[in-house]
Amino acid sequence: MSEREQEIFDQKIEQEIRIEPKDWMPDDYRKMLIRQMSQHAHSEIVGMLPEGNWITRAPSLRRKATLIAKVQDEAGHGLYLYSATETLGITRDETIEQLLAGKAKYSSIFNYPTLTWADIGAIGWLVDGAAIMNQVPLCRASYGPYARAMIRICKEESFHQRQGFEILLTLSRGNESQKNMCQDAINRWWWPSLMMFGPNDDASPNSQRSMQWKIKRFSNDELRQKFVDVCVDQVKTLNMQLPDPEIRWNEKTGHFDFGQINWDEFYEVLKGNGPCNHERLEARKKAHAEGAWVRAAAAAHAAKKNYSDNPVLYGSQTTS
Amino acid sequence: MEAKPPAENWPLWEVFIRARQGLDHKHAGSLYAADAQMAIENARDVYTRRNEGISIWVVESKNIHASNPAESDTFYDPANDKVYRHPSFYHLPDEVKNI
Repeated sequence: MSEREQEIFDQKIEQEIRIEPKDWMPDDYRKMLIRQMSQHAHSEIVGMLPEGNWITRAPSLRRKATLIAKVQDEAGHGLYLYSATETLGITRDETIEQLLAGKAKYSSIFNYPTLTWADIGAIGWLVDGAAIMNQVPLCRASYGPYARAMIRICKEESFHQRQGFEILLTLSRGNESQKNMCQDAINRWWWPSLMMFGPNDDASPNSQRSMQWKIKRFSNDELRQKFVDVCVDQVKTLNMQLPDPEIRWNEKTGHFDFGQINWDEFYEVLKGNGPCNHERLEARKKAHAEGAWVRAAAAAHAAKKNYSDNPVLYGSQTTS
Repeated sequence: MEAKPPAENWPLWEVFIRARQGLDHKHAGSLYAADAQMAIENARDVYTRRNEGISIWVVESKNIHASNPAESDTFYDPANDKVYRHPSFYHLPDEVKNI
């Protein structure tokens, strides 16, 4: 029976037929999706924190309204992804519990601090840019609910990148200290953004499996290269530099070569030793704990309303 | 303790949205909410931030019954051998117009 099911599953993957929640799927496929999708959901939620840091200090009402809208989008993206993850048989409470207990990962990029207003621009341009590069191919992921969530997310994400670039563009045309601020933010966010694509292909065994199952469509290094090529061009409009002296055009490959990524830093942040790991998790725990009474009160209110609307259903005959 | 409804967990709701007048409500996603009103308001905030809808339905997920994908083959089988339900089944001479 299971062999036949495996065969049907393989055929669907082969023929680009999406896998839906109630279809049979191999355990490892399910596990890989739960891990990737919940990490992705956590990243959206934790990703609100570095940006939320600047909502009260945005330099104008326009920037403030934009930033609030962007952070609200991230909350929505988290919700789409948590919902999609739940279709795989893990409850929302379990996934959130994994995050709060420090057992689940989220994108390491959010463990870096947002020190100046220019960081909000750099996050939009580079971090969201890298995310889009990763996410657009996920719109064709073999698991239906994931692909559908990604389509929705990608539609909304492009405003994020454009608003970020616009922030940097404005700073780049400002006075000397504004220009310096812009360059400084690019310097600090460039390398962590490249790390967002994950380890090199030869150090990423999961990634091959994921490509066989057509969850991922391009390898980490392919996507990273695409990102570098695009940014080298875009940074010219800003009149700024990417902080890598080794970037140069390679006739042979038709791509830009770039320098060595500091993988020690990547693994340190992943292990929990980045500048803000502790702070981010504490903020999530605090928000969850302080929201507990709201969740309980809303549930109690709904229960009371149901009870008075429909007392028989809830056994009032025994209590009245 | 007297019998009271369970209150700890919010139920799951499925959200359906009508994008424009004249279109069907289409499944948009799901969310947790304490009651229908909260489900509708949260659905507005999550699924219609960019004018994607003019009407929202929410249904508690537990009230949705679905066909079983494992039985799809037999369940949809009755339609498989009835090609005569499609207009292309009928061959008419080319000179017949507007049909």
